[in-house]
Amino acid sequence: MSAGRVTPAGSFPATFMVTDMNKTRTSGRTIGGLRTLSLQAPAVTLLFLWMIVPLAMTVWFSLQRYNLLMPGMTGFAGLENYEYLFTDPALWSAMGTTLLMVGWVLVITVVGGTLLAVLFQQDFMGRGIARVLAISPFFVMPTVSALVWKNMMMHPANGVLSWVAESLGLPAVDWFSSLPLTSVIIIVAWQWLPFALLILLTAMQSLDEDQVEAARMDGAGPIAIFFFITLPHLKRAISVVIMIEMIFLLTIFAEIFVTTSGGPGLATTNLAYLIYIRALLDFDVGMASAGGVVAIILANIVAIFLVRMVAKNLES
Amino acid sequence: MATLELKQITKSFDDTHVIKGVDLEVNDREFVVFVGPSGCGKSTLMRMIAGLESATSGDILIDGQRMNEVGPADRGLAMVFQSYALYPHMTVEDNMGFSMRLAGVSKDKRREKVLEAAKILQLEPLLDRKPKALSGGQRQRVAIGRAIVRNPSIFLFDEPLSNLDAALRVQMRIELARLHEELDATMIYVTHDQIEAMTMADKIVVLQGGEVEQVGSPMGLYHHPRNRFVAGFIGSPKMNFIAVEQVSSDAEGVTIKLPGGETRQVPIDGSGHAGGGALELGVRPEHLVLDEQGPMEGRIQVLERLGGQTSLYVQMGDSLLTIMADGDVAYRVNDSVRFGFSSDRAHLFDAEGLSLPKLHRHPLAGLRRQDNRAPSDTVGQ
Repeated sequence: MSAGRVTPAGSFPATFMVTDMNKTRTSGRTIGGLRTLSLQAPAVTLLFLWMIVPLAMTVWFSLQRYNLLMPGMTGFAGLENYEYLFTDPALWSAMGTTLLMVGWVLVITVVGGTLLAVLFQQDFMGRGIARVLAISPFFVMPTVSALVWKNMMMHPANGVLSWVAESLGLPAVDWFSSLPLTSVIIIVAWQWLPFALLILLTAMQSLDEDQVEAARMDGAGPIAIFFFITLPHLKRAISVVIMIEMIFLLTIFAEIFVTTSGGPGLATTNLAYLIYIRALLDFDVGMASAGGVVAIILANIVAIFLVRMVAKNLES
Repeated sequence: MATLELKQITKSFDDTHVIKGVDLEVNDREFVVFVGPSGCGKSTLMRMIAGLESATSGDILIDGQRMNEVGPADRGLAMVFQSYALYPHMTVEDNMGFSMRLAGVSKDKRREKVLEAAKILQLEPLLDRKPKALSGGQRQRVAIGRAIVRNPSIFLFDEPLSNLDAALRVQMRIELARLHEELDATMIYVTHDQIEAMTMADKIVVLQGGEVEQVGSPMGLYHHPRNRFVAGFIGSPKMNFIAVEQVSSDAEGVTIKLPGGETRQVPIDGSGHAGGGALELGVRPEHLVLDEQGPMEGRIQVLERLGGQTSLYVQMGDSLLTIMADGDVAYRVNDSVRFGFSSDRAHLFDAEGLSLPKLHRHPLAGLRRQDNRAPSDTVGQ
């Protein structure tokens, strides 16, 4: 017991000071007293190290000449890696691809998810089973679903889609060579649509039935109810879906790796895949690290905007 | 300007019969209250009138027109929900103007009508607020305002006051009664609270188990309940029921033997009832009187002093009776009391629970709420 008392007793003056500070702060945020800080410290330290060590190493490597194919060339490179990276057209192409992928997948999943949520909210026979089926793609591993799509759905000879096209008398499409980005977007959207559906369906269930009935009494048809009642109610859930999906979609890798390997050319190379190419195909660790730092900055910019938007949305 | 008529309305969900054939007429400008215990079908009945629920069989007539197949928006009704059901993302003004917006009314016209309704309900300072920034009573008024704006032929209220605290409920009750006069509209009101029913209704419809037990004016139901259920449901605290025996009956009334062995005559027509049978005497707590020479005796179990009145819960035999007495009675718990009852206020029920008709109709039994006030042209004379 006495040993346990030493630390708080020693921190008494400091605690008083902090308490006084709390009183005078008007921003509404309070900082923990030293007493609680000492208890939080181990966990906070661990998390901080967890974050800062890889980050520091990435930044450090990005400033080094570090190519595994040229072991002799080492030493401090300054911003040379960044110079090469930013003058490399591949970076800008990869950024564009990343934005297109994230953007289109978001559009498909949010719009499709909302409509499906409305559909699955209706009462019909076998609704429970239909819901489970609709949500199940989310539980398939990305590599597996990409393989299934590549070899069984979109294969130009054996695929279901080409069989459908042929039976309609249309020419079969070689998806991954003629529409590579579209194909990847379709696969990723197929995987993430259930996630959007799940979140939006849950939100849908909290919609007050009385509101819908009041709107019906006010003369609203199904479409007016959707736009005036359902959609505003889902606004918050939709912003949550957008935020979470964006964080994950910025780093899509497995689907690209399995289906197109970033090609043809750079057609499906996003930022994550570009970093992979630089690090593990070109063995240029320095350059890959510079790409990594760019990706971190990009993700943080997105995150700041999103967190603000969502936080504002959650408050109102 | 609207009347409503229900003809043999029934409603079944699969094998569950919720409404079992209801006939009802609602006259123009009448304030009708559906009252009954929970699960009696009163809300379902209202939802069928509103068109939110379809009737399994029977006709719903509004102004003589059959409305069964007409959608809820086109029946010319407006409904106020128990949960208020305000649209949370719209301001008060948008909430109230929503029906007109859907109908394509111009913005200026909309604002004009909303302001008009807001004035009646003193909502003008709140028009730009969102519902969550309002108190319960204000939300309630917005919900009513949303109904007024639609200018409906009939207002429907589904337990609108049950989410308010007691003080606010009294205030809103008065406001609703005032509104009824001001708008001169037909109103149908669902509640489980018999005080709301008694204070606001022109006509009370007592429902139980999907059937209408009795329809009548508040005073009519209070003084001439058709059966034991209505007698127990209307009036607060509940009516006391005492098992008695019929001794004889003549033109002057029925003579009954009370539990203590004494006999009393009550002015009730016993001619329809076969003599000598067991009956039940119904006396309201306010009509049981403490009296040293009274025919009945019991022991006080609980005393509730309200200041002006005291409720005595008295054990007599197997039954616990409630007596409303003066606030200053000096009795204490476990005291033995003697009491009697005013015989012209007593009711008798037969074995089936039906009440025997009284010999004299109560002078106020036909009173409508409007009759409580003097005609407006004589005011001030």
